Amino acid sequence: MSATGIGASVRRKEDQRFITGKGQYTDDINRPGQAYAVFVRSPHAHANLKGIDASAALKSPGCLAVYTGADIAKDKVGNLICGWMILSKDGSQMKMGPHPALAQGKVRYVGDHVAVVIAETLAEAKDAAEKVSVTYDVLPAAVDVATTQNTGQPQIHAEAPNNTVYQWHLGDKAAVDAAFAGAKHVTKIDLVNNRLIPNAIEPRAAIGDYDSGTESLTLHTTSQNPHVARLVLSAFIGIAPEHKLRVIAPDVGGGFGSKIFIYAEETVCLWAARKVGRPVKWTGDRTEAFLADAHGRDHVTSAELAIDASGKIVALRAKTKANLGGYLSTFASSVPTYLYAPLLSGQYDIPAIYCEVDGVYTNTAPVDAYRGAGRPEATFVVERLVEVAARQIGQDPAEFRRKNFIRSFPHATPVIMTYDAGDYEACLNKALELADKNGFATRKALSAKNGKLRGLGYSAYIEACGIAPSAAVGSLGAGVGLWESAEVRVNPTGSVEVLTGSHSHGQGHETTFAQLTSQRLGIPIEQITVVHGDTDKVQFGMGTYGSRSGAVGMSAIYYAIDKVIVKAKKVAGFVLEVPENTVDFKEGIFSSSATNKTLTFPEVALQAYIAHKFTGAQLEPGLKEGAFFDPTNFTFPSGVHICEVEIDPETGSTRIDRWTAVDDFGTLINPMIVEGQVHGGIAQGVGQALLEGAVYDKEGQLLTASYMDYCMPRAGDLPSFQVAMTSTPCPSNPLGIKGCGEAGAIAAPAAVVNALTDALGHEQIAMPATPLAVWRAAQKSPMKMAAE
Amino acid sequence: MFSIFGRRAADAPAGGPGASGQQSSGVAQVSITVNGKAATAAVDPRMLLVHYLREQLRLTGTHVGCDTSQCGACVVHLDGRAVKSCTVLAASCDGSKVATIEGLAQDGKLHPMQEAFRENHGLQCGFCTPGMIMAAVDLVNRTGGKLDEHAIREGLEGNLCRCTGYHNIVAAVKAGAAAMGGMRQAAE
Repeated sequence: MSATGIGASVRRKEDQRFITGKGQYTDDINRPGQAYAVFVRSPHAHANLKGIDASAALKSPGCLAVYTGADIAKDKVGNLICGWMILSKDGSQMKMGPHPALAQGKVRYVGDHVAVVIAETLAEAKDAAEKVSVTYDVLPAAVDVATTQNTGQPQIHAEAPNNTVYQWHLGDKAAVDAAFAGAKHVTKIDLVNNRLIPNAIEPRAAIGDYDSGTESLTLHTTSQNPHVARLVLSAFIGIAPEHKLRVIAPDVGGGFGSKIFIYAEETVCLWAARKVGRPVKWTGDRTEAFLADAHGRDHVTSAELAIDASGKIVALRAKTKANLGGYLSTFASSVPTYLYAPLLSGQYDIPAIYCEVDGVYTNTAPVDAYRGAGRPEATFVVERLVEVAARQIGQDPAEFRRKNFIRSFPHATPVIMTYDAGDYEACLNKALELADKNGFATRKALSAKNGKLRGLGYSAYIEACGIAPSAAVGSLGAGVGLWESAEVRVNPTGSVEVLTGSHSHGQGHETTFAQLTSQRLGIPIEQITVVHGDTDKVQFGMGTYGSRSGAVGMSAIYYAIDKVIVKAKKVAGFVLEVPENTVDFKEGIFSSSATNKTLTFPEVALQAYIAHKFTGAQLEPGLKEGAFFDPTNFTFPSGVHICEVEIDPETGSTRIDRWTAVDDFGTLINPMIVEGQVHGGIAQGVGQALLEGAVYDKEGQLLTASYMDYCMPRAGDLPSFQVAMTSTPCPSNPLGIKGCGEAGAIAAPAAVVNALTDALGHEQIAMPATPLAVWRAAQKSPMKMAAE
Repeated sequence: MFSIFGRRAADAPAGGPGASGQQSSGVAQVSITVNGKAATAAVDPRMLLVHYLREQLRLTGTHVGCDTSQCGACVVHLDGRAVKSCTVLAASCDGSKVATIEGLAQDGKLHPMQEAFRENHGLQCGFCTPGMIMAAVDLVNRTGGKLDEHAIREGLEGNLCRCTGYHNIVAAVKAGAAAMGGMRQAAE
């Protein structure tokens, strides 16, 4: 391993600009002549729009324009899309109501876009927006996921009777019913997977810019996938032809899924820029982020596990209601279906699984992918079931898991997936050792002596990442392919630009992608620049989400480099005057068995461009190659996280005493960066378990719409984490990478709740387990009573 | 009235298109030394320090992440103390010295806290980082660098990070504090 190659914890190339304040985020960019957009948002969760009077706003100083849904309709701006078709059990297509960029006739959640005001300055736009007079005919709201389908509930979209988008299922119901009928023991639990608000610290922003000279549009935006944004804005929303639209996602301050989607705001800024003939900038404030960024999770689930007399799991079934919000966001339909139920086998050999999911509308913000997207929900179901079952049948939860682990690969589950590689027992053993499981009883006794309740919880998660094989997701309803592209441009002096369709918004691609390139081409990492986030520079790409940039994005780079090496060897053959098939390339040096002369990579690069040693008939000059990579399977990262908590039953405060994570991500490019991804994921999972929860009241008002009300994890809420790895390389990509971006968020909630319930001695605690909830639960704790 | 407010952009001289000024309710003349450079400007009395820095001085390293003074992305030093610049009126800074992330490195050499954040992978997306570093430098200055993990975690209460889980930020601040202590000792 070289000091900067694969496997080295290279310090990040991108950090210099970030630690000196030189990052360029969307709000840092200003266009000449720029005007400002402010959205008039619905204060009601559900209302008919009776009228919009913009006359006073238009007279307000600096106001340039006020546009409403009627203007959008007149200009035939297409609706926002949901790009994944889900079929119900009866074979019917999901029932989707239209999602206009500015509301037409009706608003469906607090924060819904009613009008946009464009003015000379931000303050003038805000002042004018205050003067837009909207008459609402307020309707009752359907807010609760558990009851929105009930008779008599307000109907949100005429297209979706009973607010039901789909009633989907997966698995063999008859086989599952039979297994349950013959089971020795059945464990049943009811779970709520609490609604979360993503909260990347950089709010979303967009600048639309129209060039009348070339009739082209440019959008600067906070996107995880600028090419997908361009495709959707062109092909579906019809803002501009694809070749006349440039989308630039510069430095992006965190995404976690919330910046995948194509929202109303960027659509409106682009469209309005052409209408007013000025660049139009919108930067969301935090309140808008709470109200109108796509939220995450929000499931209500009943689940059961069937176990035979030997302690072997024989079947699992689950019924879930998934809140999709007031409109279907870009990938909303796929998250509680194909990103959820196929993971319900966990790490276990379960012969029969059946899952039913109702996707429902409510008068709340759209719900879509948030770090983990479906897989945290699945892991929470499986790992709570397994933990509770082990306790009920009197087995050690770790040993119960061990007994049921899948042990041979490939392993086909009853819910679509074929796991390709893994060693679940290796992770468990390492985690037990690092967590000092053997010392737990002593620590628990010591805590009890101090009046505290100590508990230990496991989460043995699996996820399907690196999404994914295009043909596979296409067969499941995806509207797009999920390959990735790369281009490797070698300059005449031997420096290299790597262009990638992946997008980095914290993941460190400028470093890791350069590490791969440095190792394979044998050139210093300083000679490599990674280019991403601009549709005028990178030809196409599917972007970054689902922990796919390593497994899919870097694999595309890998194959583009293969092609560069093939071409460079041809050039070297001409220069060395030896047959091409005798040329060898190793650690940056071209050599041949037919000569003792050698060439460095920069020497060959120069020769490829000056083209003096070969004719055009023999070889095309230049050195630049591209590749598209479409994997043959998902990847399956897995691991075991162990959380140990100490509860103060008098105050309800929970302290995480230690966190042990052992993950199998296959090959690691940069362990430092991988560990950082794990840390961040755990923090978000702990946030879900202990702190975070979006709360709407009965009228559909979001009560948690600021950092004063929505509890974000702070440094003092978290411990330092012990993170370790095992490795079974992924066989479906050339690097053996599985992906690491979501693991912590997937594993953590179940580990925390399993630790809390272990400490409390009963299962009655819901997320977020706030101090009040824990205090209440502790009053009923048999452990506490025993101590008293 | 300062020229940018309440006028069309075409009429606006300095400040440029980035200036999102508020409607004028008078004007305040302020002299503020930012990163060692003194400047006098006329500002709207309602203008926040963060907007003065970002939009008039084009120092965009100081970020805005919330609207309730919770996230700390906007932390700068005002007369040597960390403040959330989204909660300070520019007009109230007359005669003050402000230091931002852009002024932390001296003579092309990174401040030890900046170096520590890079060395310890204390940042991912980078958006909270300027505020986090400015808060960390202030924390060390206030405490004389005597910081265990608990004190660092409590000391960073006013700064949110969504990427790192704070693990490496804590490690960075610990290392940065030690390096700053070493520098102080060397100076003495």
